[in-house]
Amino acid sequence: MNGFTWAFARDLRIAWRHPGETLLVIAFFALVCTLFPLGIGAEPRILERVGPGVIWVCALLAAFLSLPAMFAADYTDGSLEQMTLSPHPMMAWASGKIAAHWAVTGLPLTVLSPLLALQYGLDGATLGTLAFGLLIGTPLLSLLGAACSALTLGARGGGVLLALLALPLFVPVLIFGAGAAEAQAAGVSPAPHLSLLGAGLLAGCVALPPAVCAAIRIALD
Amino acid sequence: MRLFRDVSFAAQAGEWVEVRGPNGSGKTTLLRGLAGLTRLEAGEVLWNGAPPRADEFRADVLYAGHAAGVKDELTVEENLQVALALRGITVQAGAFDEAIARVGLARRRRLPARRLSAGQRRRIGMARLVLDPAPLWILDEPLTALDADGEALFNALLEQHVAAGRVAVIATHQPLAARPAREVRLGA
Repeated sequence: MNGFTWAFARDLRIAWRHPGETLLVIAFFALVCTLFPLGIGAEPRILERVGPGVIWVCALLAAFLSLPAMFAADYTDGSLEQMTLSPHPMMAWASGKIAAHWAVTGLPLTVLSPLLALQYGLDGATLGTLAFGLLIGTPLLSLLGAACSALTLGARGGGVLLALLALPLFVPVLIFGAGAAEAQAAGVSPAPHLSLLGAGLLAGCVALPPAVCAAIRIALD
Repeated sequence: MRLFRDVSFAAQAGEWVEVRGPNGSGKTTLLRGLAGLTRLEAGEVLWNGAPPRADEFRADVLYAGHAAGVKDELTVEENLQVALALRGITVQAGAFDEAIARVGLARRRRLPARRLSAGQRRRIGMARLVLDPAPLWILDEPLTALDADGEALFNALLEQHVAAGRVAVIATHQPLAARPAREVRLGA
């Protein structure tokens, strides 16, 4: 078993044993997405206008909720030391952990998003673009979040620091993700936005795992 | 900050080194430095007479620090399986069961680790010592939270480890049954 599959399988198993945290993130996403139409009122044109942006902001905040626990639990119980001292390269298991984080947060959010977007009266094509945007945007959120989460390991007031670090970094993902769905709704091609989002994801896949590793090393030193 | 200086020791095959010193004298830092977790400001660590290549050295070292690396959500046997898989060790089912029985967790093997006492969690770590053939143990206070029976078991494991021509560096406050080949004293 290589380091990636080891970490991925382990984290999924832990999430499965302790589903409260995952369900909390999903419930938060569903609830906040539902609160907006109730608060704004049933004006179809306004709902249609704000829908993609609101759903993206909710997804972003929901993904953020799960970040503090990403490495902190392994840091306090000594698992992170054991992983660092294992024969597997750190990059492999750190990437496995990030992938597992996406599988238990980003993926369910993506799957749920078209259903929640129905409340905003978005048409079929916009629903598809929104979900596709989330599909390539949420892994990038997990990657960015992992780097920030690893950087705040062992810091006092880590939660607030994490918000200050991660949320600004999420901004480009939000702009292009919501932009894609809005372009689709306005009858313009969403391709440029999605391309930029995809490019961001590729760049993140290459650049962020080493940053995560460096941050973990600093935390353990 | 300088914790210690002029510390030098070596262990031949079949020897173990005891690190002693008052609280805060740098025992943990020394062990973490040996394992490669903390960068030491000066000095070097040699393994088989040469500076070790990080990945090969990590496969040879079994490090157990203050925190046992046990996940609350997983059961006793899952914790052990996950720990062994991380080290890339495959064991036969028989040897696996035997190790769990030897550390006295046979009846609790399907219990999640959060239901275990501190000593029982330590025993999961001891099962790793039984199954992991790593030639170098670096152990930080391995007797913490263990009862008399657990201490006896640890002493037996250490004797077995050393008798097989392997090496250990152990920081401890309690005396161990086997006599160390060297004693490193840190602090005042």
